[in-house]
Amino acid sequence: MNYLLLATLAMPQWLQKLKSDFILNFVDDDRYMYIVKGLIVTAEVTFFATLLGIVLGALVAIIRSTHDKLAPTMRMGAPKVALKIVNAISQVYLTVIRGTPVVVQLMIAYFIIFVTSNNKVLIAVLAFGFNSGAYVAEIIRSGIMSIDNGQFEAGRSLGFNYAQTMIYIIIPQAFKNVLPALANEFIVLLKETSISGYVGLQDLARGGDVIRSRTYSAFMPLLAVAAIYLIIVMFFSKLVTMLERRLRNSER
Amino acid sequence: MSANNDVIIDVKGLKKYYKGDEIKALDDITTTIKKGEVVAIIGPSGSGKSTFLRSLNLLEVPTDGTILFENTDITSPETNINVLRQKMGMVFQHFNLFPHLSVMDNMTLAPRKLLKMSKDDAEKKAKDLLKMVALEDRARAFPSQLSGGQKQRIAIVRALMMSPDVLLFDEPTSALDPEMVGEVLDVMKKLAQEGMTMAVVTHEMGFAREVASRVIFMENGRIALEGTPEEVFNNPSNERLKTFLAKVL
Repeated sequence: MNYLLLATLAMPQWLQKLKSDFILNFVDDDRYMYIVKGLIVTAEVTFFATLLGIVLGALVAIIRSTHDKLAPTMRMGAPKVALKIVNAISQVYLTVIRGTPVVVQLMIAYFIIFVTSNNKVLIAVLAFGFNSGAYVAEIIRSGIMSIDNGQFEAGRSLGFNYAQTMIYIIIPQAFKNVLPALANEFIVLLKETSISGYVGLQDLARGGDVIRSRTYSAFMPLLAVAAIYLIIVMFFSKLVTMLERRLRNSER
Repeated sequence: MSANNDVIIDVKGLKKYYKGDEIKALDDITTTIKKGEVVAIIGPSGSGKSTFLRSLNLLEVPTDGTILFENTDITSPETNINVLRQKMGMVFQHFNLFPHLSVMDNMTLAPRKLLKMSKDDAEKKAKDLLKMVALEDRARAFPSQLSGGQKQRIAIVRALMMSPDVLLFDEPTSALDPEMVGEVLDVMKKLAQEGMTMAVVTHEMGFAREVASRVIFMENGRIALEGTPEEVFNNPSNERLKTFLAKVL
């Protein structure tokens, strides 16, 4: 025990300060739980918002590219009118979402649209999902449009209809091309959820901030939060690189 | 029916205009393609050869005119073009193999999905066709591992997997290195000898002369001249054809 005391005493001044800072911010009153609980909320919101974003984005991308590819050659009639209408709705959605800051969208969702609900996680998932969907839509659409039209013609000339050509030939190639961009969008979304505190949701960033407000010590909690974001982002970047390499190898 | 029985494709008054009627890519084309015929379509670039060929399976939608394929009007809104295209194979200048699929999967995708052929049957048929083009050892390769000539031979047998009644070739050798042109033309020659009906847009005058049963010379969206290879090549009466042949031969 004396040895321990000696060791502590032998520590340089700054290290001792660091240690007491650590204990104050994370150990006392179990304050680390703010970080843990916040991390769970961040993971929840990011995961479900990503799912929503991909589903919504894929849908809008398919509407937009189908419109661009097919509408000019379609005969006038109900299908063409329907396609024009859903395309117009998609374009309004893209313009509004990409033209306004996500923090404003989140606040509109919480304080106006879902003012009667108090399920903050759900509201955040919807707000971030709708936001991400707009960016995912443009990513997937650019992927579809980047596939050489000859691929499309080859599919059609074999007798595949438009949807079959998309499913068997265009989408698999497009997905491979946009995977890095999609992964990047996921990483952006993960970091963007750190504004959830604006509507009082206790996510990872807010957890660190709450500790800071209790201990009046900013250094430890904020750097810990930053480090956790960084580690998660690096992990997923690595994962995507591996997946990309795997997909590319299947062509060699 | 009538005497039309051996006519596979019957084109009447085919027109394709752009920008209103400013640009006439196809200007009133009328011709027929009969069973077993090999029709070579030649002419200067911009003469409408490719547009004409691509109209035959509706990759280009004509402005006016009718195209009967086996007595069905393909331009009619009631026609299911997807079903008809299964019977019209097409080979492209740039091969258009599916890069995410192996040679075997490139070949078996359409027959399995559209004709509901079993995997075993489709692969057996694919192997037989690969043998015909001397590529049976490349079944597991991906398109990026093949040479241009190999790609085009695979593209031809991919089209043959659907057992089409006619094969349309859109400049099949134009994107190939000179030393690979022969191997593709040999396959086409073999098909012609087996009685396959073919329409070929080509710059290979040797092929047109040797293999074609009929040559169509197009200029400015019209058929300027058509006839047997002897009529077209040995005794060109048409001034424009003479100038064209002087340039390409």
